[in-house]
Amino acid sequence: MTFTFVFDLLAATLRNATPLVYGTVGETYSERSGVLNLGIEGTMYAGAFAGFAVAFTTGSPLLGLLAALVVGVLAGAVMGLLTVTLGANQHVSGIGLTIGLIGISEFANRLLFQGGELRRIEPMPLLEPLAFLGAPGEIFHQYGLTYIAFLVVVPLAWWVLQRSSFGLEIRAVGDNPEAADAAGINVGRTRYLALMIGGALMGIGGAFFTLAVLGSFTLDIIAGRGWVCVALVIFGRWRIGRGVLGALLFSLLFSLQFRLRILPGFGELPFEVLLALPYLVVILALALSGRNVAYPGAYLKPYRRS
Amino acid sequence: MALFRPASWTGRRRSILSPWSSPALVVLAVLITFVLTAGPILLAGANPIAAYVEFLVVPVTSGFTAIEVLVSATPILFTGAAVAIAFRAGYWNIGAEGQLLLGAIAGAGVGILVGGLPAIVALPAMVAAGALAGAAWALVPALLRVRFGIDEVVTTLLLNPVALLVVNGLLHGPWRDPVTGFPESPRIAAAAEFPALLPGSRLHLGFVIAMAVVAAAWFVLARTPAGLRLRAVGLSPHGARFAGIDVSGTLLRAALVSGAVAGIAGVSEVAGIQYRLTGGLSPGYGYTGIVVATLGALSMPGVALAALFLGDLTVGASSAARALGIPSQLGAVTQGVLLLTTVGLLALRRNRLTRGIEIGGETVAGDVAAGGLPSAATAISEEGEVEQE
Repeated sequence: MTFTFVFDLLAATLRNATPLVYGTVGETYSERSGVLNLGIEGTMYAGAFAGFAVAFTTGSPLLGLLAALVVGVLAGAVMGLLTVTLGANQHVSGIGLTIGLIGISEFANRLLFQGGELRRIEPMPLLEPLAFLGAPGEIFHQYGLTYIAFLVVVPLAWWVLQRSSFGLEIRAVGDNPEAADAAGINVGRTRYLALMIGGALMGIGGAFFTLAVLGSFTLDIIAGRGWVCVALVIFGRWRIGRGVLGALLFSLLFSLQFRLRILPGFGELPFEVLLALPYLVVILALALSGRNVAYPGAYLKPYRRS
Repeated sequence: MALFRPASWTGRRRSILSPWSSPALVVLAVLITFVLTAGPILLAGANPIAAYVEFLVVPVTSGFTAIEVLVSATPILFTGAAVAIAFRAGYWNIGAEGQLLLGAIAGAGVGILVGGLPAIVALPAMVAAGALAGAAWALVPALLRVRFGIDEVVTTLLLNPVALLVVNGLLHGPWRDPVTGFPESPRIAAAAEFPALLPGSRLHLGFVIAMAVVAAAWFVLARTPAGLRLRAVGLSPHGARFAGIDVSGTLLRAALVSGAVAGIAGVSEVAGIQYRLTGGLSPGYGYTGIVVATLGALSMPGVALAALFLGDLTVGASSAARALGIPSQLGAVTQGVLLLTTVGLLALRRNRLTRGIEIGGETVAGDVAAGGLPSAATAISEEGEVEQE
């Protein structure tokens, strides 16, 4: 039983980490450009709903995915309009975006589907490329979106941010917008792009629940996972690799606890303690590093040419 | 005195008739919000004008619904005041939701325990416990901010889901109702229930406490040296420090008072509405507090008006759902859009005012209100120096 247990556990870890990876990478892009995007919770929620609604109406999960991506880009653009063009308060704008996007999703759900949660679509298929391995192949029994997350999004996002000139521009406008501007980088345009790319990833992360895992939309479907991503970005110190590692670690603990609680003797520890862990670990880590937390230089600051 | 205090937002008094005065700006934000929400209303197959009448006017036309407006306004009066107190000091407490939940836990705990005591003892004990619990939940982010300069936005925010998990852990564990097995705490003692203000209505003592808190906060902020210090720190930490104000201490006190006020909101919902701790106690009252505070221009009279306005909107949203078939979730949409248009307009106004008037890199006018941290990084780092002196 032990090996099957481990393989099953690892498979669940990758599956549970998938939405967190999209969200964390997306939030990293926003924050590295100097904008804390607290609209992430609402963006993931709207992505989940838009993905489901379009997939249900058209019968095509791919169109649903596209819709989630578009909604995410639009949400990022609204955040850009407020915090970049107008220079409005970032955290209040983000909270407003989250309230509004969750509201409009539930409004549309009520209008289109009478709030019913019984409507289902055929979830995206699981891929089994390594089934010939037998039991260990179970680890790779995953949704296409999980493969895309780990094999395409993470390496590409890392390469773009750390190695491409566009990534350098993002980091420059996030660390020192005055210097970036002086060097001829369009600060506003770069921040808009970072927010829209980030939003697209958040939208897809949300749609993973409706299009792949559940095949349906339920209220409170994101259940604070956007905030988990905000925590993971700090846990990873604004680095993509470390953020993804944090997402895997949290998902491993989450999946482990989920499996252990059915065994006798493990049921005593409340489930909630584990769910609270990523938040508490991040706050503890911040407290321990004290003054040495290296925020992006222009964190929370709008940029105005003077 | 002007109802809103433009001076506190812009650093200068402007005529109430100016299109950039706070009242005019809020009215403009409301109008823009209505234009933007006309789309969803039309999609729902209703006439936007009829919907707005249903939203805003119908609730105040009957005695019963007018009282419900006050009931809906009660929790967000508390959280709006809590958020405004912190924001005025330049402390970005996004954690009112969690502080409210901790207050609710403490209130319910005391409310269950005070069985044999008279109400005159039980009620103050509950309120005190809730205030303490809310302040305690606000303490760690506040200490991290003043000791290490760790940005409080994320830490206060992240403690909100933790607080909800504490509530759920209690309701699925030790506090699960022993009789029904539902994830609800046992009912609080009869002596711990807030009395109804009007017989047969849901309006309870919490509304009076909320108004008293708002009035007290107004008095302290506007009329006492402590309030002056708090506002000075919020407008310019540099200037405040130069004037000899203990910036760290002021921030810490503002954060704790803010948490305490949010905590009382939780007590009020437990003792006045639910009579027990439930998982669905707060549909995001802490976040709505941010809407109320922003819409109220961070002034206490503004908070009171904004809370009543949003209470009206909440009651109106459910009456519009019944009368016109518009999903009541439009209430949440309106709140979100309203918050976004208000911060957007505030930022526009600040851009107009500060164009060209910068002194030593620190913008003169209402950065605190509209535009994120007023040179926060330097402010924070220099607070540390003060700390070490």
